[in-house]
Amino acid sequence: MNKIVQWPEIGPLFRDGMTVMFGGFMGVGTPLGIVAVLRESRVGQLTLIGNDTAMPEAGVGPLVASGQVSRVIVSHIGTNPATGKKMIAGELDVDLVPQGTLIERIRCGGSGLGGVLTPTGVGTVVEEGKTKMAVGGKEYLLELPLRADIAIIKAKRADRAGNLVYERAARNFNPVIAFAADLVIVEVDELVEVGEIDPDMVMTPAALVDKIVLSQGA
Amino acid sequence: MEAKEIIARRVAQELKEGYVVNLGIGLPTMVPRFLPKGVNITLQSENGFLGLGPLEGEPMPGVVNAGGVPCGLAPGAAMFDSATSFALIRGGHVDVTVLGGLQVDEEGSLANWMVPGKMVPGMGGAMDLVSGARKVIVAMEHCTKEGETRILERCSLPLTAKSRVSLVVTELAVFSISHGEFVLLETAPGISVETVREKTGARFAMADKVGEMALA
Repeated sequence: MNKIVQWPEIGPLFRDGMTVMFGGFMGVGTPLGIVAVLRESRVGQLTLIGNDTAMPEAGVGPLVASGQVSRVIVSHIGTNPATGKKMIAGELDVDLVPQGTLIERIRCGGSGLGGVLTPTGVGTVVEEGKTKMAVGGKEYLLELPLRADIAIIKAKRADRAGNLVYERAARNFNPVIAFAADLVIVEVDELVEVGEIDPDMVMTPAALVDKIVLSQGA
Repeated sequence: MEAKEIIARRVAQELKEGYVVNLGIGLPTMVPRFLPKGVNITLQSENGFLGLGPLEGEPMPGVVNAGGVPCGLAPGAAMFDSATSFALIRGGHVDVTVLGGLQVDEEGSLANWMVPGKMVPGMGGAMDLVSGARKVIVAMEHCTKEGETRILERCSLPLTAKSRVSLVVTELAVFSISHGEFVLLETAPGISVETVREKTGARFAMADKVGEMALA
């Protein structure tokens, strides 16, 4: 099965109203080529799920600025003033989720779990509307799974089968979102033959990856 | 000595050899400069590694701290994904987190993530850190720029976590919270208990011997 695709094939994979999970932390580990394709497409009403909305010119920031996003589920928006402005103007729904809870909800969505019990948020506004449970005398919140139509991932290296290696802290959300979407698209700096990545070094197994595109800067 | 330096120097005394420590942005990042000689700690960065170090030379691809700023890696650093990073944090594998604060109250609750109508940046990893770290130290200036105390009977701002703070260090005083009791442990050099009382909204008990803050 050939998973390697060319850039013109990326845009048509997205539709209005889709939910897209993205890797990256303040833009580090976000597939910027795929974000650029989305930005140039006319796709709108997107829901984005990821750590943060980065900066206006970094990570998924340009998609927020262009008005193609109607909802974000993130842990932080403070470094991108456009997100806050659009939220206040009523143009963007912002669900703020504690970072550790967000990644666990995605992990649940990708691993067949119905939710997770976390102490994070107990006694704060985060607990509003949620089921609270005591286990062993300690209180927890039930947090529900998250999934997406498409996950967009940035990896350092892929083999032609789709085994992935990430670079340093650019790993962050990427290996977790690879489990939690119906279609997984990876932008890579380097493409190698099957067998060239030591099996012990694989961080995301090829079985999770659907499409691979080579970064244009690479 | 500047307030921030007083706070950072005192917090540094709390960190022991071998601790795994997570530092919030701002003032807490000053703490490692003042570590006692011979004390080695490992810094955790919530974006996915242990072994955060100062940037030496050119930025390296993918090596940034939790503020997205290029940083260095200490020898023996380990990289991982965000689920692992927060398993470390919530699972009690981080010995100490040092965080800035907007308000702390006598129940040990902390507010540091939003001001309704003014500042809604999101909580990032702060709620998980305060919920999960073994020890939570709040390092902040005692009063706001307008002179209002940040140490209250009850926080008026939305909480980051309830009853999780165990030590509060300001430029005037050190308080501990244990077994539901808010206790004045130390005052800064030249600061009287009366001054601390005037500038503190929380009710506090006195330690058996209120000491002077060590700023070595």
